[in-house]
Amino acid sequence: MSAVISVAPRSMMAAWQLWACAAVIAVLAVLPWIIDPFQTLQISYGLIFAVAALGFNLLLGYTGLLSFGHAAFFGTGAYAAALLLKFLGVKSMELYIVGGVGASLLLGVIMGAVCVRYTRIFFSILALALSQVLWSLALKFFWVSGGTDGLRVPTPTLLGGLVEAAADKTAFLAHQYYYYVLVVSLAAVAIMWLMVRSPFGVALQAIRDNEVRAEFVGVRVRRYRFIAFVASAGFTGLAGTLWVPLNGLTTPDILYWPFSGKIVFMAVLGGFRTFLGPIVGAFVYNYLETFAVGYTIYWQLLLGVILVVLVLAMPAGLVGTAIQLFKHSRNPAR
Amino acid sequence: MTTATPTTPPPGGGTPPQRGGDSLLAVQEISKAFGDNLAVDRVSLTIERGALVGLIGSNGAGKTTLVNLVSGLFRVDRGRLSFEGRDITHLSVNERIRAGIARSFQLVNLFDHLSVLDNVVLTVFAREGKTRRMLSPAESDVAVHDEAHEVLRQFGLDAKAATLAIELSQGERKLLDIAVACALRPRLLFLDEPTSGVRTREKAPIMDIVTSIVRSGHFTAVIIEHDMDVVFRYSDRIVAMHQGRILADGTPDEIRANDEVTTTLLGEHVHQ
Repeated sequence: MSAVISVAPRSMMAAWQLWACAAVIAVLAVLPWIIDPFQTLQISYGLIFAVAALGFNLLLGYTGLLSFGHAAFFGTGAYAAALLLKFLGVKSMELYIVGGVGASLLLGVIMGAVCVRYTRIFFSILALALSQVLWSLALKFFWVSGGTDGLRVPTPTLLGGLVEAAADKTAFLAHQYYYYVLVVSLAAVAIMWLMVRSPFGVALQAIRDNEVRAEFVGVRVRRYRFIAFVASAGFTGLAGTLWVPLNGLTTPDILYWPFSGKIVFMAVLGGFRTFLGPIVGAFVYNYLETFAVGYTIYWQLLLGVILVVLVLAMPAGLVGTAIQLFKHSRNPAR
Repeated sequence: MTTATPTTPPPGGGTPPQRGGDSLLAVQEISKAFGDNLAVDRVSLTIERGALVGLIGSNGAGKTTLVNLVSGLFRVDRGRLSFEGRDITHLSVNERIRAGIARSFQLVNLFDHLSVLDNVVLTVFAREGKTRRMLSPAESDVAVHDEAHEVLRQFGLDAKAATLAIELSQGERKLLDIAVACALRPRLLFLDEPTSGVRTREKAPIMDIVTSIVRSGHFTAVIIEHDMDVVFRYSDRIVAMHQGRILADGTPDEIRANDEVTTTLLGEHVHQ
């Protein structure tokens, strides 16, 4: 088993993979009619965190850069929507997305210009430090950000006003908004899939493997790291924008470093060495956290123990381990 | 500077190109120091188009530093480099690659977790300026893949196209390292110890393939090599370095006959 994401052998998506995707999409499409709204909301959270983790993993899994500052982009996406509402009275989800992704991309340009000059621990710490600056701004500029109280974001209108927010907020979030999140998330996953399999994606993996050689085959290493950083920021910012109407409120907590740690953990838990890993990790982490919170007041301790055991037992992550077991079952000699 | 053609044709097929005044690379009085250690000391050298030059010297002679300076990995402290008449002294690695200079590495330098095919595919994409494509699957570019397969066929690696680079044998990794450099279609190719760490019986096949491709592709190549059998057999000109300076420069026969080189670098080897 390769230690990192490998495109070998790279080929067009196999028929069984297409069928598997179609089946998963079909299941996700009917779920709101089968399960209760609370569970549907959990799936929405899972989808949103999956987009954030995928964006993060463009850096970690494909470019070899570990960012401890991705809360900044998630928070920027969320705060951009909240500020659009507060100062401009905007209630359109599409405008939230434009504003949230745009602000995250802009922040990605600013942070990326500084961070991608470095690699390894220096990159990680710089990203962490810059994200903490944003957190402190959100905390101190309370007349803009609402301080620790945060900013409320009621349910928005969807599809340019075609779908108005319903009086029953839970029903709206568990149906109309769920499908909105599903479609946007699937589109984000498809774009990321194309991106990592494109010549650009192969170049990123080459940089991850050997930046000196990448330079010597003509890849502009720093420029490509910068583009990956900005794209990663955009995906994570999109997740933040989708998250805020679901949560109804954004506070500085989502800009704080533990939230960056959560995104890292989602990718590691699922397996940052695979494309699917961060998606699975996001869903599993969300469920673990949700049920740990409901089970005990010492939920952080419980969650920590579970995660440590999972990581120790399955260093390749859930998906990576599953792939290893599958390969072993087909070829026990290896 | 000696530019005579060797008395015996070098192996590897093809015709040794004729030299004589068609300068590809001109190194003028370049120096590089690391702290107090002067690794390259006022070296001047001209590489003619089509030559296959062996660069020899003991450890620390400055061979690899010289290649690092020309390829752009290090910046020169003083002196001037010109390639095809163009001053490249201050160009970046990327700009030198686009100018037509490529290299392989002493320690194999590959994209270990990409497939053998993708190591070459990426190189072709980079050469063609296609790595900017973000939303089209790499595998959809048939022309690039065909070319990559052709490069691998030339190096006898096509059967391993789907294998991860890290899973190849040392000899195969050396070949792939050179294949990646050749896929850039350079006009000047530096091969830094192409047979180091390779089993003796693998050396000749590797060099046969390399020289054949260099000659058929009309590359100009500079080979750094410690194995004197390899250097004398395959080069049509040899430059000997010692303590950061050029000790001698000539055909293999002239280098064999050079007392200073014999005493300093070759010992008894040349008399065998």
